[in-house]
Amino acid sequence: MSAAKATEGKGTAVDPLSLDALRVIGQELDGHLPDVHPRDAWTDRKLHYNLVNPANRRRFKIIVVGTGLAGAGAAAALGELGYDVEVFSYHDVPRRAHSVAAQGGINSPRARKVDNDSIDRFVKDTVKGGDYRGREQDAYRLGEEGIRVIDHMQAIGAAFAREYGGQLATRSFGGVQVSRTYYTRGQTGQQLEIAAAHALSRQVAAGTCKLHSRQELLDIIVKDGRAQGIVVRDLVTGKVRAMTAHAVVLCTGGYGNIYYKATLAKNSNASAIWRAYKRGAFFANPCFVQIHPTALPLMSQWQSKKTLMSESLRNDGRIWAPRKKDDDRDPNDIPEEERFYFLEERYPAFGNLVPRDVASRNIRERIDAGYGVGPLKNAVYLDFRTGIERLGAKVIRERYSNLFDMYHELTGEDPFQTPMRIAPSVHFTMGGLWSDYDQMTSIPGLFVGGEAGWGYHGANRLGANSLLSGCVDGWFTLPYSVPNYLAGLLGKEPLAHDDPAVTQTIADVEARVERLLSVNGSHGPDYFHEKLGAIMDRYASVSRDVEGLTKAIGLIRELREEFWRDVKVIGEGDRLNQELETAGRVADYLELAELLCVDALDRDESAGAHFRTDHEIDGEAARDDEHWCFCSAWGVPAESGPDAGKHIRNYEPLTFVAVPLQQRNYK
Amino acid sequence: MRLILEVWRQDGPQAQGRFETHEITDATPEMSLLELLDRLNHQLVEQDQDPVAFESDCREGICGTCGIDINGVPHGPEDNVPACGQHVRSFHDGQTVRIAPFRAKSFPVIRDLIVDRTGLDRIIQAGGTVAVDAGTAPDADTIRITHHDAEEALDFAACIGCGACVSACPNGAAYLFTGAKLAHLRLIPAAQQERSKRARSMVAQMEQEFGPCSQIGECALACPAKIPLRAIAAVNRERIRAGFRSRSKEN
Ligand SMILES: Cc1cc2nc3c(=O)[nH]c(=O)nc-3n(C[C@H](O)[C@H](O)[C@H](O)COP(=O)(O)OP(=O)(O)OC[C@H]3O[C@@H](n4cnc5c(N)ncnc54)[C@H](O)[C@@H]3O)c2cc1C
Ligand code: FES
Repeated sequence: MSAAKATEGKGTAVDPLSLDALRVIGQELDGHLPDVHPRDAWTDRKLHYNLVNPANRRRFKIIVVGTGLAGAGAAAALGELGYDVEVFSYHDVPRRAHSVAAQGGINSPRARKVDNDSIDRFVKDTVKGGDYRGREQDAYRLGEEGIRVIDHMQAIGAAFAREYGGQLATRSFGGVQVSRTYYTRGQTGQQLEIAAAHALSRQVAAGTCKLHSRQELLDIIVKDGRAQGIVVRDLVTGKVRAMTAHAVVLCTGGYGNIYYKATLAKNSNASAIWRAYKRGAFFANPCFVQIHPTALPLMSQWQSKKTLMSESLRNDGRIWAPRKKDDDRDPNDIPEEERFYFLEERYPAFGNLVPRDVASRNIRERIDAGYGVGPLKNAVYLDFRTGIERLGAKVIRERYSNLFDMYHELTGEDPFQTPMRIAPSVHFTMGGLWSDYDQMTSIPGLFVGGEAGWGYHGANRLGANSLLSGCVDGWFTLPYSVPNYLAGLLGKEPLAHDDPAVTQTIADVEARVERLLSVNGSHGPDYFHEKLGAIMDRYASVSRDVEGLTKAIGLIRELREEFWRDVKVIGEGDRLNQELETAGRVADYLELAELLCVDALDRDESAGAHFRTDHEIDGEAARDDEHWCFCSAWGVPAESGPDAGKHIRNYEPLTFVAVPLQQRNYK
Repeated sequence: MRLILEVWRQDGPQAQGRFETHEITDATPEMSLLELLDRLNHQLVEQDQDPVAFESDCREGICGTCGIDINGVPHGPEDNVPACGQHVRSFHDGQTVRIAPFRAKSFPVIRDLIVDRTGLDRIIQAGGTVAVDAGTAPDADTIRITHHDAEEALDFAACIGCGACVSACPNGAAYLFTGAKLAHLRLIPAAQQERSKRARSMVAQMEQEFGPCSQIGECALACPAKIPLRAIAAVNRERIRAGFRSRSKEN
């Protein structure tokens, strides 16, 4: 296996920040892939899954954490099947999960039109878009099950946009040349999330699912090598308690907020998956972070986050920057010939619809080269003039009204009159807990779904594929694969609450809360988060290099040390305390950030969103398939021995059958 | 800009609440109201004081988590805009801004500006759902829904569940919320089977926890999702329709 090649270091390095001092190569992982053509993998696997008799299902308790598209779907579907489901989320009600904020749409290769779409084409787009660092088999499942996702979500209440003939409407998204994105105005996530949350409500009313709101997962209980429960903190009373079960499913979303200001909801965080990692679940490709090309730029110090302007806008909007540096003219006064439509010119085949990583890098390049616009010169234009001329303002309004309103609300400017100003922002994390084809992590009994996982999107996610993966995982994958695992546990009771593994995990969580409260330093947790964000933005963003990443790791270590010496958490632990919540999340980011940078340093190639300046051809990411065609799945460093403290990089080799390896080309 | 903030503080559901006065001297017009609270909290933490508990998540007007009362108006001075989208530019230099939790009998205060709005979810649990199990739905392309109906359904389905309508209503009614769901599901073909049953059970649950409609329409002005006032009529229409059908009829 070529992965092993990377170990051939000299072993003489003493620099604690050298790659050999930071990581050691672990084992090759088995993704438990069906041994058939990827196209047939899912059918084959389902055929071989063990089943649980309907009469026995009530006897199995399953914990689902998260009520986003993945979690609400998994919980509702497992509840419908008759399992005893316990659902946890830190929100007050299920519908608030971050999925609600998704805008543009959900892909599905239903191929009802004659634009030549198909499941095979969907897989090709997904695999190529992900720059060959995801699993082909998973992409097939995504396409195959994606078809009935639309049927199901429509039936349970998502009012998808319709053409005048009454059929489902579609639009195009970046990285594809067909029109397979289903949508509801600019609020697709909201409609899907509400439908899913309501389906969960139906199970709550039916008594199959029990809802535990305002509860934050802070640890996983592992006993006899199996995940057997979780420890949560009640965010209102501060009480720490355990819940045990036969299986645990984490659908806790992405970790993009590690960058401090991203397009994610303020509360989205990495703690659930990070705690799972600390208990032995491998973390896949942490450095694969998507920077979305079209977000609102930062306009002031107190701006609390970046706001996404959906990719769907690139269907009818054209991206440009002035040809002249520091052009301060009103954009409407800049004549056509002085506008540089750089995506259209550089990538004639895909134009404004190139994949996100390509668009982001090009926009960043323009801004860094001095062609940025706006008061802080940190943006480019997204212009709807041509679209409005071609289709009329009414059509544009129907397609994007809430996005235009949102932009207007936030900036005071009307996109019908003046082009939007947009800039890249962290948006999505392709990395997440490693799992096999059955969505089971390296801890048996611990499953993962949605953005918290990995697999489908490789090194770069195509727009509108994440709502799809959340729905497919939740409704049409976990309900097959979790029972297969449960079948082997028939007759076993969930772990007793007085089991030492339970009491010890509770004690660990309580001790950590206590530790956070007792530092009594001089800065609130947000102060450290902001500093961390600055490091990540500078060294681990649209382009990365060895020197910067090495420096970042040193800085993160210093910051982490400073945090535990100087963090100030006001208030007590036995009540609602948002500072304490933030502190716990920031503490986890400070650890994950190091792993993210180590992964970026380790991965000695460019792939998708991971762009290393030392690996490029003509400004495009240059993959190294000979040495890096695998998923990195990191394990916790050993506490003692010759490799103590080193991050352990396990690897799952990736093979491509249906979509042979080739360099991406969107020109 | 200088702003005086009078902020509601309350330690818990049972505790006595009070307004606390703070001054912000460096507010800027483009700040949102929540960013103003961030600024205040930053200042409080620096001074070793307990920051104000308030809720938010998406900060882009879609999740419905934010929800505070500004100078007596749910979400703030601008109509149809959630707190996270309201801006300091609505105030003048030196103005006093009173920030309180959403006021409604059915929304008990949890702490400071955070209230418990799960009552709305109980209305949904009572019947705002569609009885279709995963995998059993018919092909969505074979079911035609007119463009107009899909758009109309969306007008109602846009509700973000923030509860501003309840708070704006002198009676604390949840008609706009309940009616939006009824009007939305009325247009979804698979949801027709339980139309009457849904109306009966949702309205019954609504009346159990929330007040009667005041008929003055404050709710629609406060609504960040611009749910049309017709939603209120939908409650009565769906209720009456269900009343005319025999109790054994679900559709
Ligand atoms: C602004 C924006 C727009 C987007 N638009 C699109 C789009 O148009 N199309 C598309 O395909 N994708 C889009 N995405 C991506 C997509 O929305 C997300 O990847 C997806 O919704 C994630 O869903 P999820 O179910 O995995 O997690 P989430 O929806 O993030 O849900 C996470 C859940 O986990 C719970 N949780 C997390 N941690 C804990 C814990 N420790 N304890 C208890 N509960 C916990 C939360 O309460 C929540 O319920 C967008 C993303 C953003 C940021
Ligand atoms: S924070 Fe989500 S609507 Fe205001």
